[in-house]
Amino acid sequence: MEYILIIISAIFVNNILLAQFMGICPFLGVSNKLSTAVGMSGAVCFVITLATLVTYLFQYYVLVPLGIEFMQTIAFILIIAALVQMVEIVLKKVSPALYQALGIFLPLITTNCAVLGVALMVVTKEFTYGGEPHMLNLGESVVFAFATSLGFGLAMILFAGLREQIALNKVPKAFKGIPIALVTASILAMAFMGFSGLV
Amino acid sequence: MAVQSSFKNMTLCLFAVCIVSSALLAGVYAITKEPIDAANHAKTNNAIAQVVPEFEGDPVADTIEVAGVKYPYYTVSKAGRPVGYAITSSSVGYGGPVTLMVGITADRVIYNTTVISQSETPGLGAKCVEPEFAGQFKNFDPATKKLTVKKDGGDIDAITASTITSRAYANAVAAAVAVYDAVVSGTDAAEAVTGATAAADCEDGAEDSGNIQEIK
Amino acid sequence: MGKIQLITKGFVKENPTFSLLLGMCPTLATTTSAINGMSMGLATVFVLVLSNMAISATAPYIPDKVRIPAYIVIIAAFVTILQLVMQAFTPDIYETLGLFIPLIVVNCIVLGRAEAFANKNSVVDSACDGIGIGIGFTFALTLLGLVREILGSGSAFGYKFIAGDGILVFVLAPGAFMALAYLIVLFKKVTAKKGE
Repeated sequence: MEYILIIISAIFVNNILLAQFMGICPFLGVSNKLSTAVGMSGAVCFVITLATLVTYLFQYYVLVPLGIEFMQTIAFILIIAALVQMVEIVLKKVSPALYQALGIFLPLITTNCAVLGVALMVVTKEFTYGGEPHMLNLGESVVFAFATSLGFGLAMILFAGLREQIALNKVPKAFKGIPIALVTASILAMAFMGFSGLV
Repeated sequence: MAVQSSFKNMTLCLFAVCIVSSALLAGVYAITKEPIDAANHAKTNNAIAQVVPEFEGDPVADTIEVAGVKYPYYTVSKAGRPVGYAITSSSVGYGGPVTLMVGITADRVIYNTTVISQSETPGLGAKCVEPEFAGQFKNFDPATKKLTVKKDGGDIDAITASTITSRAYANAVAAAVAVYDAVVSGTDAAEAVTGATAAADCEDGAEDSGNIQEIK
Repeated sequence: MGKIQLITKGFVKENPTFSLLLGMCPTLATTTSAINGMSMGLATVFVLVLSNMAISATAPYIPDKVRIPAYIVIIAAFVTILQLVMQAFTPDIYETLGLFIPLIVVNCIVLGRAEAFANKNSVVDSACDGIGIGIGFTFALTLLGLVREILGSGSAFGYKFIAGDGILVFVLAPGAFMALAYLIVLFKKVTAKKGE
């Protein structure tokens, strides 16, 4: 039951893009076409889940025992950068097809704040799923990370679909490009607000 | 670039950057550790001072387990007798935990409450920090009034359109009252429950005499 | 380019928010009020100036292939210093901005300036560039925060001038996108006229 709450909350209610404003750069940058949005979402999904798993273990088995939690930010970003590099190398060797699809997005992901954001969130924030506020355990963290990235993908793909339609219409000159995209995002965020109170 | 990208150079460079950064951070950490502790301490102490009556000396920190949850609480005393308890309790709000510092006097009346942390919706639930809502809990006697929102048959006016936050606030306060009962029955176990009320009476007296002394 | 120009260009011509559209995450997330926006902007200025200076000073010694990881470590170090200092001296602001302080590490503006300016210019010029871009960013965040605060809660810099609530949606997520969209359009209009 708790896992279901985590999943619904992370995808719909606390959508990482539309409610928490993390990962806006790729949201605005690569959402022109549906196909690139799908590719980016896939890559983010993969990296967020993996990065959260590794940083969670690093936090509780290295930083906390050594009493150097203040090194969190620097350690996490290094881990994420290294992971992204590794995923790139492994993917190139193991599955060239998948690399073709996701490869170009991988370097962009290091500086996607959703990745670092989720990694930091699971080790610093108390969550309230199913009763008393508590820190997430490993299983919950990974589920939370995966669900968050699904939420990222959902918002991203919906948004790309909308933008493809908007591109076919006449837009006032001053609104061309990013401003009309932001207005669209605003309406999409309003739609997602309808989910609030669900969990 | 002046330096070649040979494997040796790259390793050395990254190693050096990491070492220097870590050393720098360790230094800053050592310098700021004390102010950070002081800031946290001051924050807790300010919260305590807001929610309990006037006291002497430092609040004594302790924790107690009630219904499987550990609650930190602080006992404040005057003239050697406890005059109040500041209890940290939290409940699930709309956007996350709502954590409060609840002050309860020795005669089981809520003296005041303050929000330690909350992440409720700005403009709606976040209004729970404002006196219009939080003020209701000032001098609230849980023995004569009910600690639930009016919608649930209690005596608390909920914030407009933020029943969940209001409920969370009331629940946290109610939890603190339960903690208070556990603390009082625990610490005064030797004196028995009647002793506790007697002690409370004495404290009132002590407080009065304290005030008189101040007036002099 | 003179030092003054280095500082002023970030205000309009290369304004990181309105004209380059960088650093959108903190721009949208922390501008629920003018004060919050300004605090976030100033926190970024701190990191931007120091990391620009450090990267400019060390760039000749960093091999080209590992420069990005090296810059990230340098930036992360300054961000952590900022976190510690804020926790010690401005704990309230630190708590309000929350997660977005450590997330300065992945703010494209900081790494962008390191890559585009600091690693090929002198320390003093890089510092000026950091101040310029940083102030431009702070200006943008404060303005967006002010607009959202006026419309959303009927106050400016915490000073309330109407009784009751404002148009609440401007404090919430959709209002952030909407307010930014209109500010960018206004900015485009104003600068386009200047250019003619």
